[in-house]
Amino acid sequence: MTALNNFLFIAFPYIAIGIFLVGSVWRYRTNGFKVSALSSQFLEGKAGFWGIVPFHIGILVLFLGHLFVFLFPETVINVNANPVRLVTHEGIAFTFGISVLVGLIFLMTRRLTHPRILAVTTKMDIVIELLLLSQILLGCWVALGYRWGSSWFASDLSPYLWSIFKLNPDITAVAALPVAIKLHIVGAFTILLLIPFTRLIHFLVAPFHYLFRPYQVVMWNWDKNAIREPRTAWQIFRPRNN
Amino acid sequence: MDIRSQISMVFHLDKCIGCHTCSIACKNIWTDRKGAEYMWWNNVETKPGTGYPQKWENQDIYKGGWVKDGDDIELKGAGKRKGLMNIFHNPHMPVIDDYYEPFTYKYLDLIESPASDDQPTARPISLITGKPIDIKMGPNWDDDLSGTPDYARQDPNLANLSPAEQEAMFQLERMAFFYLPRICNHCLNPGCVASCPSGALYKRGEDGIVLLNQDVCRSWRMCVTACPYKKTYYNWHAGKSEKCILCYPRMEAGYAPACMHSCVGRIRYMGVILYDADKIHDVASADQGKLVDQHLDILMDPFDPEVIKSAKKNGVADSTIRAAQYSPTYKFVKEWGMALPLHAEFRTLPMLFYVPPMLPVMASLKDANNSAQAQKLNKVAKYWEDDWLYDTSTEELWGSIDEARFPLQYMANLFSAGDTEKVKDRLKKLMAIRIHRRHVTVGDISAEKAGKALSDVGFTPEMAEQIYYLTSLAKFSDRFVIPAAHREQAIEMMENTGDRKGSAGFGFKEGTAGRGL
Repeated sequence: MTALNNFLFIAFPYIAIGIFLVGSVWRYRTNGFKVSALSSQFLEGKAGFWGIVPFHIGILVLFLGHLFVFLFPETVINVNANPVRLVTHEGIAFTFGISVLVGLIFLMTRRLTHPRILAVTTKMDIVIELLLLSQILLGCWVALGYRWGSSWFASDLSPYLWSIFKLNPDITAVAALPVAIKLHIVGAFTILLLIPFTRLIHFLVAPFHYLFRPYQVVMWNWDKNAIREPRTAWQIFRPRNN
Repeated sequence: MDIRSQISMVFHLDKCIGCHTCSIACKNIWTDRKGAEYMWWNNVETKPGTGYPQKWENQDIYKGGWVKDGDDIELKGAGKRKGLMNIFHNPHMPVIDDYYEPFTYKYLDLIESPASDDQPTARPISLITGKPIDIKMGPNWDDDLSGTPDYARQDPNLANLSPAEQEAMFQLERMAFFYLPRICNHCLNPGCVASCPSGALYKRGEDGIVLLNQDVCRSWRMCVTACPYKKTYYNWHAGKSEKCILCYPRMEAGYAPACMHSCVGRIRYMGVILYDADKIHDVASADQGKLVDQHLDILMDPFDPEVIKSAKKNGVADSTIRAAQYSPTYKFVKEWGMALPLHAEFRTLPMLFYVPPMLPVMASLKDANNSAQAQKLNKVAKYWEDDWLYDTSTEELWGSIDEARFPLQYMANLFSAGDTEKVKDRLKKLMAIRIHRRHVTVGDISAEKAGKALSDVGFTPEMAEQIYYLTSLAKFSDRFVIPAAHREQAIEMMENTGDRKGSAGFGFKEGTAGRGL
């Protein structure tokens, strides 16, 4: 059991993080063309709205929520000290969990029943959707069955995750957790590991830089003035579009 | 003043015969691939008609282009706020059914079916799913007004026409149509570029061609919405957008783009126009009434010493300035004022201009007593007791323009943001050239009358001859004045040639081979 715990909560996270980091950079650098959200809206139309939007908004909120508890456990514990705030906070999180669940089921049904969407579906799409489905089901189950998740995440899991990043893993708390939570943790690292090999990579290229650039983009392939200047002959800047 | 050069185009619609050769040339070179089957970077539409994708001009549906927002402009359906809000699901995006589902036929069934009582058939199958489909739409299914109730009558440009005017357009004996070939307009204020959250789209500084870097495209799909002409397409297989590249590899080698080169009617002209990039924003946010005039004002005189000076300061090559001085598009658009942009009200400042069509021959239907004519026919001859005359005479100098079978308002909705005077001016010019040439070749129109027609529109006989030459007799090199891409420098668009110093020479990118053993 200890060996299994050591593997699942020490070795596996490091493998997952390593593959995620190296794999993402490798995929972006060597095969930039394949980094895409691979939107299938074009083949379907307006109906997808009811799956795509609840899923994305929900998963975004949940991701940021988990990240926040991981980064600022004390704040969360303080907030949760008041029962009203605790229940409100957990209620909101659970609502978004349901939103992901509903959206994901909608999207999976659509993917498997819509002939055109099925035509652009890959094996990895199915794998990642099943993983996400099990992850969200486990998450909802944990939220309902092992209250109050945000509090023990802050007190038990956050230190464990920190210990991973501090390269001094301590799994005593994790090893004692119920199976459902353990599965949720392993599932999370599995998804992380698979990011470079699936369409999930599109979340790494979310276009925030759009906010900070002027609307129009003009690219000069080469600086014609500089090129005629003999002194700069060997310092021509490389075109940005290559 | 910030003078840049732009490759611009003029399509002379009076000469378009609707043969679709341009579309086929483009398809064969660029879009004959999986995921791109439905794309027609170049397409030819019958007008009136809904076009491709259906009703693309109706921005209430697709929210393309820019809208005026106070003194400023904003993208109608995309942009930083609206685009990022809708990034998960873009509600204004056309879907494949708005174009058509690409299909092929199971031709092998015709040959390989076992013998039976029935003839084998080649069933249509979808190129997306590979399963049999019932074809509902195909490329140019609305050609030549076919399926008119479904297509022509849904034309968004009929908006400002009275019901009576609309009805008149569809009476069988008055029915008229013309062709509208469309490619990417390579706009000065492109909506697609502005809408791309990834920054994959850009305008080339050297020649103004708008390109899309697919390595940067992440399929956020905003360009499809933001282009009011619907000339960026989403490749459903690759998950990347694509668009007309104005055959830039051909252009850099001095060839005309495939669509233009193959044009049977020789309707297409291409040349450099120098424009003032400082004015783009002001022009794009001008009031609707001034939009077309200001759009034309941004195009600068290539003979003006100030313009030349500023262009040289920006590194525009001498050969490019020279090309601008010989540019057929500058002549049509500015010097002669015969061409207009398509849907200037979308505010993208398109660089493709159209000479509006007089076709069908500027004729009107007049009340006439045809009974005398009918008397002359043989008794067994079939004739209709029509009391109208299809009148193509040019007796009244400009009368027939107002009574043309195509309502001016319809043409104005397409080419001059609704201003009928501008379209009328262009049509008068076309007519004046015809009257002048008729005077020269047939001689049944007096010199005085031909001269009056020309002076009315501000042409001299010499100008008229030049226009006639460029319209009817122009050779390849007159129609396409493509500036040298400076191949010796063009390689530097791709790589730093300094890196290749000492490598294996012509045609090879590898270094010199090792000696081996």
